[in-house]
Amino acid sequence: MEARKEFISGNEAVAIGAMLARPQVVSAYPISPQTIVVEKLAEYVESGLMKNCSYIRVESEHSALAAVLGAVATGARTFTATSSHGLMYMAEVLPFVSGSRFPVVMMNANRALAVPWSIFTDQSDSMMLLNSGWLQVYVEDAQEALDMVIQSYRIAEDPAVMSPIMINLDGFVLTHTYELVDIPAQAQVDKYLPPYKTGNKMSIDQPLGVCIGITPDLNTEFRYRQHVDQLRNAPGVIAGADREFGEVFGRSYGSQGGGLSEKYRCEDAEVVLVTLGSISMTARTVVDKLRDAGRKVGLFKIRFMRPFPMQDLLSLGDQVKVLGVLDKNISPGYEGTVFSQVNSALSRKANPPRTMNYVGGLAGREITTRSLEKIFSEMLGMIRDGKAELPPDPNGRVKFINMRWEDHE
Amino acid sequence: MSRPDMIKDYQGLAGWSDVGAPVVKSGQLIETNAGWRTLRPVINAEKCVFCLQCYLLCPDGTLVKDSGKLEVDYDYCKGCGICARECGFGAITMEPEED
Repeated sequence: MEARKEFISGNEAVAIGAMLARPQVVSAYPISPQTIVVEKLAEYVESGLMKNCSYIRVESEHSALAAVLGAVATGARTFTATSSHGLMYMAEVLPFVSGSRFPVVMMNANRALAVPWSIFTDQSDSMMLLNSGWLQVYVEDAQEALDMVIQSYRIAEDPAVMSPIMINLDGFVLTHTYELVDIPAQAQVDKYLPPYKTGNKMSIDQPLGVCIGITPDLNTEFRYRQHVDQLRNAPGVIAGADREFGEVFGRSYGSQGGGLSEKYRCEDAEVVLVTLGSISMTARTVVDKLRDAGRKVGLFKIRFMRPFPMQDLLSLGDQVKVLGVLDKNISPGYEGTVFSQVNSALSRKANPPRTMNYVGGLAGREITTRSLEKIFSEMLGMIRDGKAELPPDPNGRVKFINMRWEDHE
Repeated sequence: MSRPDMIKDYQGLAGWSDVGAPVVKSGQLIETNAGWRTLRPVINAEKCVFCLQCYLLCPDGTLVKDSGKLEVDYDYCKGCGICARECGFGAITMEPEED
């Protein structure tokens, strides 16, 4: 198929990206707001657009990932997609896939978890599975979604990484919003993404026991190997995949030679806001507006939560006095998950910025440019004589934004 | 009874590809499995008449008769004591494992 532009939703961008990556097995179960991905892929297989792909219909998300696990264990390239409670339901299979070092690529439509039950977006679902051994990328728009499906196979299947990837799209805001998307030619994608080849598979020629049990004598060594491959190898592989993608397709996403994050107008910033996913788009416009007014503010967009962009955070200049983390999730009783992760990275810095946590956008609650302006101006107001003064109460550093009711204190 | 081969210095797929995946060649073991034994059967060769009752009753097939006299494969014996209990000649005693 030739390169073209199409006006499509985020879900359709994911489905087209998956089609172009030529998976041999797709198995998925529909759930809002991911359903269109499953429908489109079924349509592509049925209509002959995906000739060498088997579509396995299943009765649940648990079975969807289990079917994919069986397929990838034979050396097949695989794809699945889910969301929210579907992800929770397949959670048991996630570490089977990652621990076996199988490069499955999965799309997750970020959606709130019950109760209060909601079909709308936040990032509680994927954040709960940070420790599952899956790499996690959060995309900002439909183009990045399509591109990251293709890039993800390159990253996941790299012998130095060999880990599954979860591609996260904010539900509805991104999955159902229509954008003009560049769709690359199949020949170009084939050039960028050769067929998957591995020794890590069941075969008649070299029979293997996979997903084996290992006693305490040897178990730790495998967990360690998985850990260091992701910690040491994955960042470089991700950067390389992004760089080469730029050379072939003319688009790349990470900044300063890395793919894990993007720094937007951070050079001389005194206040930086950390975001993930589609809200980064809104935050850019707010940063631009405040920059026009002479405010030294910047945006740090986290792309990958695993591996975590620790080095990128450490490379923020010492002039950053206050760093806010916008969390679209809450670990009830403590703080936002991203805030914990960012603080842990910054604690390795000699002169770390002071940090604030803004929790918002839960279950589809809108985060407007106005609420982001308020966050920035609050953080700017904390700087006096070049020093940051934060709320003295440690709990005061975690703030819920756009609340209908005041704090119950 | 045939024994599966052991893989010495098991490191997953590390020897065959760049990936240290936890897989094993079919039909091979990466370790023995007798770690939970607290008592071990000891055969008194003078009392043993080679009736093979223990050989038939051992649930793990760990009594070996290939040499013409009975021996225990301690790599796989779980220490259940069935052999000692069923021996009609008092030829097998269960003795504590020493660390």
